[in-house]
Amino acid sequence: MSLQILAVDDSRTIRDMLNLTLSQAGFNPHLADDGIHGLELLEGLTPGAIITDINMPRMDGFGFIDAVRKIEKHRATPILVLTTESAPELKKRARDAGATGWIVKPFEPKKLVRALQMVTG
Amino acid sequence: MTDEVDPMIEIRASFFVECEELLESLQDGLQLMDDGQSDDETINVVFRAIHSIKGGAGAFGLEELVRFAHQFESVLDGVRSHTILVDRTDIAIFFQASDILADLVRAARDDEPADQEKVQSILDKLSVILGDNAQEEDEVDASDFQPMGIALDLGLPELSDNESVDTDTQHEPAITTDAISAPGNEKPEHFLEGFKIFFQPDSSLYETGNEPLHLLKLLREIGEVDVSCDTSNLKSLSELEEEKSYLAWTIYLATDEDEASVRDIFDFVADLCKLDISPISNSTLPPSNKTDDAPLSSELSIVPTASETVVPPAPPQISQNTADLPVRKSTVPTLPKTNTDNNKPSNKPRPTVRVDLERIDRLVNLVGELVINQAMISQSVTDADLPSNSAISAGLDEFMQLTRDIQDSVMMIRAQPVKSLFQRMSRIIRESSAMVGKSVCLKTDGENTEVDKTVIERLADPLTHMIRNAVDHGIEKEEDRLNADKPAEGIVTLMASHRSGRVIIEVSDDGAGINRERVLQIAMDKGLVAENSQLSDTEIDNLLFLPGFSTASEVSDLSGRGVGMDVVKSSIIALGGRVTIQSEPGQGTKFTISLPLTLAVLDGMVIEVAKQILVVPLNAIAETLTLTQESVLPLGPNNRVIKVRDVFVPLLDLGSELGFRAPLNNFDNAVVLLISQENGTQAALVVDAIQDQRQVVIKGLQNTFGRPSGVAAATILGDGKIALILDPIDIVSSAESAGNLAQNNLQLTG
Repeated sequence: MSLQILAVDDSRTIRDMLNLTLSQAGFNPHLADDGIHGLELLEGLTPGAIITDINMPRMDGFGFIDAVRKIEKHRATPILVLTTESAPELKKRARDAGATGWIVKPFEPKKLVRALQMVTG
Repeated sequence: MTDEVDPMIEIRASFFVECEELLESLQDGLQLMDDGQSDDETINVVFRAIHSIKGGAGAFGLEELVRFAHQFESVLDGVRSHTILVDRTDIAIFFQASDILADLVRAARDDEPADQEKVQSILDKLSVILGDNAQEEDEVDASDFQPMGIALDLGLPELSDNESVDTDTQHEPAITTDAISAPGNEKPEHFLEGFKIFFQPDSSLYETGNEPLHLLKLLREIGEVDVSCDTSNLKSLSELEEEKSYLAWTIYLATDEDEASVRDIFDFVADLCKLDISPISNSTLPPSNKTDDAPLSSELSIVPTASETVVPPAPPQISQNTADLPVRKSTVPTLPKTNTDNNKPSNKPRPTVRVDLERIDRLVNLVGELVINQAMISQSVTDADLPSNSAISAGLDEFMQLTRDIQDSVMMIRAQPVKSLFQRMSRIIRESSAMVGKSVCLKTDGENTEVDKTVIERLADPLTHMIRNAVDHGIEKEEDRLNADKPAEGIVTLMASHRSGRVIIEVSDDGAGINRERVLQIAMDKGLVAENSQLSDTEIDNLLFLPGFSTASEVSDLSGRGVGMDVVKSSIIALGGRVTIQSEPGQGTKFTISLPLTLAVLDGMVIEVAKQILVVPLNAIAETLTLTQESVLPLGPNNRVIKVRDVFVPLLDLGSELGFRAPLNNFDNAVVLLISQENGTQAALVVDAIQDQRQVVIKGLQNTFGRPSGVAAATILGDGKIALILDPIDIVSSAESAGNLAQNNLQLTG
């Protein structure tokens, strides 16, 4: 069974790309369009890693990561943050919220998979 | 990796669809801001729309779009963080910027160049607003916007490699067999060139979901590694805390890669560990063999060989190792920072699926067939003369109801809110009012009214023209408005609603109203009406729809595009619609467009003329009457009129107009359909009999038939026969132009 990856992004285009990239790389992607939706999906998933956008309606990435970390079974699940800004302060905020790493958008498929490898082995 | 059609092309197409939606929310948000509702969530919505467009554009390497969106986004970011305060002038610029953003999106989509001058001018305006906020964060990290490669060959080992790691250990002996060993300072004997890495995770590394083992594996991928693990701080099992860090690793890495690539592997954890990477060459250290003499407590068979779950424990006290190295304070995730909108339930868009329009059209067609089929069965049942309480009749009633429900539901699929159309119009208002130097705002109502997608698409041009007309001719100049005690800003209102099975769209302005004197004069000058004609107000207003009529005394840039209201009218009629006009001097003018809900089905009256079965669209029929010979009055040698409620209405024999028979002479008991024309006048069509009133599926006539005058389309009736669907207004107007008809209804006086 291929590794489940939960990808959360409000942009359909980015979701489509994540879906494509992840499927082609042999992962089993699950897609959510914001933090709340992501949390809903998480109830039925045991993803090997979570990828999340920051700027999203309803519940943004920081809120989402924070909420995921409070769920016992996902306390150590790697979470990668998608960000268009490689600005250090954003990485810092994501890190403070409990993010494992980050992927700078627009992501290259290789880099995305590489980042996943860095956190899932 | 794939031989199929590049899925990126599909995603690209869907990106542009998404952009349209984002542009819509952008417009909505800006409108709210303009209305003074600049709360955080509104600004966030605007920001996110731009942000998402930028993100997607970056992925496809649409540099121009990225550049513009970035600038726009920076401004909104400033607004969001309250470092930029905006007034309505700025919001007006945001509206312009959103127009340009829309232009750029479409230019990118259609692979056409954008208007650089316009783009630059708005970019400049945005820079002014951005002002001092344009600091370093504005310097786009070029690497952020490298186009994503379209090719998706990841060039990586198959993922299954990850899963087989544990069985591959003979090739990579270091990690698994020697993971736990004494502090290793010995460089492996075969070591050539590479790095010595000291890696000691903080406890926080585990708290963020990072896992040293994965990093070690990645190191192994770029070279040969020799790993030794310092377990000296390890506690006994009972004392171990799951997420505390107790271990440290020393790794010798033989690789051709440079230091940056090695550091890259530790990118996510650089702030969560003690990390020392130093290049070494062959001469740096003496070769040594792996050591097996590490003090190993027997319980500690928790060698991190299993890839996912084991969190290597490590002692909390790492003092002896950290004496000379600054230990980063572990960043405990103390900040449960949630967005302000975190707890705010918002209306989440309902889940949707995207479906190829072709499939829907196929479904629409099939349902059309179903409707015909159902009608045929009904017909057979009727013909079979079964008792009305028979099971088959009851079943048939239900079948009819279901068919109609299915049909309605299918038509709903094609329906879209007119909102997107209205939004396009707000841009027309902005641009056209700027062009003629008037201040005009657009008010909309009923923008969630749903209309067939094709209707929406085909309404854009006529509406654009009407809006431009309203701005150009309807709304007065500012000083005239002030003199008339009106607010300086003119209002154009777009309103949509459903009314008795049709869609009503109103375009109104609060301008001066139609100058009827002038309209009449122009019509006379152009020979459109006879000199000294006495026309009613409605008739004068309707002159605007005549071909070749233009009131603009000087042809302005705006409405002088060679398109008159006659074209507007004919495009609306082509949609099965009608347009009427109402005007009140000093109060404004209102155009009302009435459209069928769908283009696929119509309610028709089935009639018989000269033994032919025909269908007349119900919406064209004002009423039906039965004549007596006395009620028909001759008007000249060929024309006849009938009197309907004190108005003389021209009478036409449908059979002869269609060339089915010679003109009738006896009208006793003749049935007539009273047809309402768009200009409000009426005409009466004589038919032989009215058979039925029912919904029919419109089947287009193929081009081989040309477009026979008076015929709109065809349909298949319940008995399987084909019937033509007439265009009665066309019949009346061609009769008019052939001189077979009294031109205007004459009002009886007294």
